[in-house]
Amino acid sequence: MELNALTDAGACLRFSAIGKQFPGVQALANISFVAHPGQVHALMGENGAGKSTLLKILGGAFQPSSGHLQIGEQELTFKSTAESIASGVAVIHQELHLVPEMTVAENLFLGHLPARFGLINRRLLRQQALELLKGLADEIDPQEKVARLSLGQRQLVEIAKALSRGAHVIAFDEPTSSLSAREIDRLMTIITRLRDEGKVVLYVSHRMEEVFRICDAVTVFKDGRYVRTFEQMSDLSHDQLVTCMVGRDIQDIYDYRPREHGEVALKVEGLLGPGLREPVSFEVRKGEILGLFGLVGAGRTELLRLLGGLTRCSAGRLELQGTELKLQSPRDAIGAGVLLCPEDRKKEGIIPLASVAENINISARGTHSTLGFLLRGKWERANADKQIKALKVKTPGASQKIMYLSGGNQQKAILGRWLSMPMKVLLLDEPTRGIDIGAKAEIYQIIHTLAASGIAVIVVSSDLMEVLGISDRILVLCEGAVCGELPRDRANESNLLQMALPRQRG
Amino acid sequence: MTIQNTSLPPGRKPLDMRRFLDDWVMLLAALAIFLLCTLLIDNFLSPLNMRGLGLAISTTGIAACTMLYCLASGHFDLSVGSVIACSGVVAAVVMRDTDSVFLGVSAALGMGLLVGLINGIVIAKLRVNALITTLATMQIVRGLAYIFANGKAVGVSQESFFVFGNGQLFGVPVPILITIVCFLFFGWLLNYTTYGRNTMAIGGNPEAALLAGVNVDRTKIIIFAVHGLIGALAGVILASRMTSGQPMIGQGFELTVISACVLGGVSLSGGVGMIRHVIAGVLILAIIENAMNLKNIDTFYQYVIRGSILLLAVVIDRLKQR
Repeated sequence: MELNALTDAGACLRFSAIGKQFPGVQALANISFVAHPGQVHALMGENGAGKSTLLKILGGAFQPSSGHLQIGEQELTFKSTAESIASGVAVIHQELHLVPEMTVAENLFLGHLPARFGLINRRLLRQQALELLKGLADEIDPQEKVARLSLGQRQLVEIAKALSRGAHVIAFDEPTSSLSAREIDRLMTIITRLRDEGKVVLYVSHRMEEVFRICDAVTVFKDGRYVRTFEQMSDLSHDQLVTCMVGRDIQDIYDYRPREHGEVALKVEGLLGPGLREPVSFEVRKGEILGLFGLVGAGRTELLRLLGGLTRCSAGRLELQGTELKLQSPRDAIGAGVLLCPEDRKKEGIIPLASVAENINISARGTHSTLGFLLRGKWERANADKQIKALKVKTPGASQKIMYLSGGNQQKAILGRWLSMPMKVLLLDEPTRGIDIGAKAEIYQIIHTLAASGIAVIVVSSDLMEVLGISDRILVLCEGAVCGELPRDRANESNLLQMALPRQRG
Repeated sequence: MTIQNTSLPPGRKPLDMRRFLDDWVMLLAALAIFLLCTLLIDNFLSPLNMRGLGLAISTTGIAACTMLYCLASGHFDLSVGSVIACSGVVAAVVMRDTDSVFLGVSAALGMGLLVGLINGIVIAKLRVNALITTLATMQIVRGLAYIFANGKAVGVSQESFFVFGNGQLFGVPVPILITIVCFLFFGWLLNYTTYGRNTMAIGGNPEAALLAGVNVDRTKIIIFAVHGLIGALAGVILASRMTSGQPMIGQGFELTVISACVLGGVSLSGGVGMIRHVIAGVLILAIIENAMNLKNIDTFYQYVIRGSILLLAVVIDRLKQR
């Protein structure tokens, strides 16, 4: 094994009795474990298990309420992200910290651009950037604006940035959640290389296959507590790990049961709009779950946004239970009972500073208030409590700000928002992205219950297992056009992927 | 972050000190400053001075009520100072020409509503930045005020018009009563109506509000229209107090109103704001100004002090969020 020449190469990363208290919530309690150099160490657990909080402490964004970190012999408590970076720690977050309107090179050296008297030496900048990207992402032009890169490329830029600062500990927080298969492969290669260079690599992911593919050790968390560390992946089976995380069998997570399908609920004819290259036509029946699969950029989200009234179609016709549906805005869709759970929960789903109750009641309250605008406190409280209970939203109370909830619970609250409304068609865009297995299973159950009650559900997902697990029928999109359709019993991983891959053109 | 504690009984919660402070600290600070001034400054508590303080609060307070909505929705309105001047002028001119107090006040309020509507429509429908939009209308309306008034103050001779500014009910000046009513009404509106909650949602996350089915454009237009209307009301009261419509009045007033809101704890980035924030901010600014006047502090120094207090307040607020 070739060790990095850094002084602290070969040093372990040790977490000693780390605890983190938030107002009213014990997010982490007494976390102790060691991550060794030259190993990829996975952190697993359901959402809200405390992995992200731990990474934020490691990255200096949060200060632990108790305990400390240790790299080698050195005891550390980071008071800021700058201190963490200076100590050789790099945390690659889900949301990348790059400036989209600046070039790759500028982003790489942000804060220490090669300059004399404030004048940037462009040639040197480019040269240094090329050196950094070499072997990591050779195809990226340092002069390119970050906004023009794919998500996977941006991540590589972020990694290059971490390496340029001589990071010894590199932590990845769900790095593959929005990458294509090819980009994932490349990332895996790079992570393996970092490992072989003797770095401490922490890897947070919900994807089992990735963890088994590249990790050398796993530490499992549950409810902010340390559960156990498996030092030998070879001794560990898939099911063992899941059971350790949730205390439940994986088989019944999708909970699929065949259902009767009713008449056509939504009929889409020749729909065209932003993001669609060819007219799209399909129908979905009452009680049916239609999966929309495709690679990133296939137009799935765009199609769903058209159906939800967020963008306007340029051609085509929608029919909802036999009557034409004209959509000018999300309000039209919502009024008709076509309800969309957006892909990006933080940006488009929740109102972070508002309470859980507010977030649940916001859409339905109009029809439940006196004269259309005087809120009825009784209904407000009753409905929020009802949805929280029915969907098992974990929160200290309805008045808790929703931003303090985990992703899965935020998603459930948004589902509660729509469950408070008359619903005919439910559009779900990546309903379980970044959500742990436990909450996932609960969300699948909710989806099935809704379908069983006669609601037509359209689910967009880039998680192949999920699409296969819950859909009655799967529509495959590729480069803005429908390129195939498979019923549940004929769909499998390979034929879905085959369909979804772009054909080589000309 | 995990929330493990699901077993808490609903409703009753242990008193969350931080939350309590967030909600009430500025109002307590206003009270503390008031008590301090009572102890340290002679005549501060005299009926005459209290009356003056109340009147000083009234104009800012009324306008701040609806500025709260602009700020809570993630915008702000710079045109309110001009609206105050112009509405006073319009009221005075119409009363001079028609001798009808009713027509005068209606015309003034209508003018404010119209300016607000224009602001709202340009911002919501044409998606122009609120800063630019209201910066433009601020100048336009100021210009109109001078044009209507022919460049000088327009006197009012209708006695019944003076009720708004100088009348009393149960010994309390009418402007103060109107201010209290505004505080109560807009505080209630924010918490107990769909309009109020939608305002907060739009400021908290406009995209999410749109996707949740909130009529974002209409709500924004109403916010600015109401703000224009209430600004005009403040202008009418001011004109009544001064028995004339003055086109040069209220320069920089919009910044005082925004300062008061922010000082009290309303967030400039939207989604955070309560009427008690506004009350606290308005009180603190007015009490300090009143105290400085009583102490004969030079106006030039007053600017420096007021600015410093605002800066201090927002810095403390940032530190609190760490």
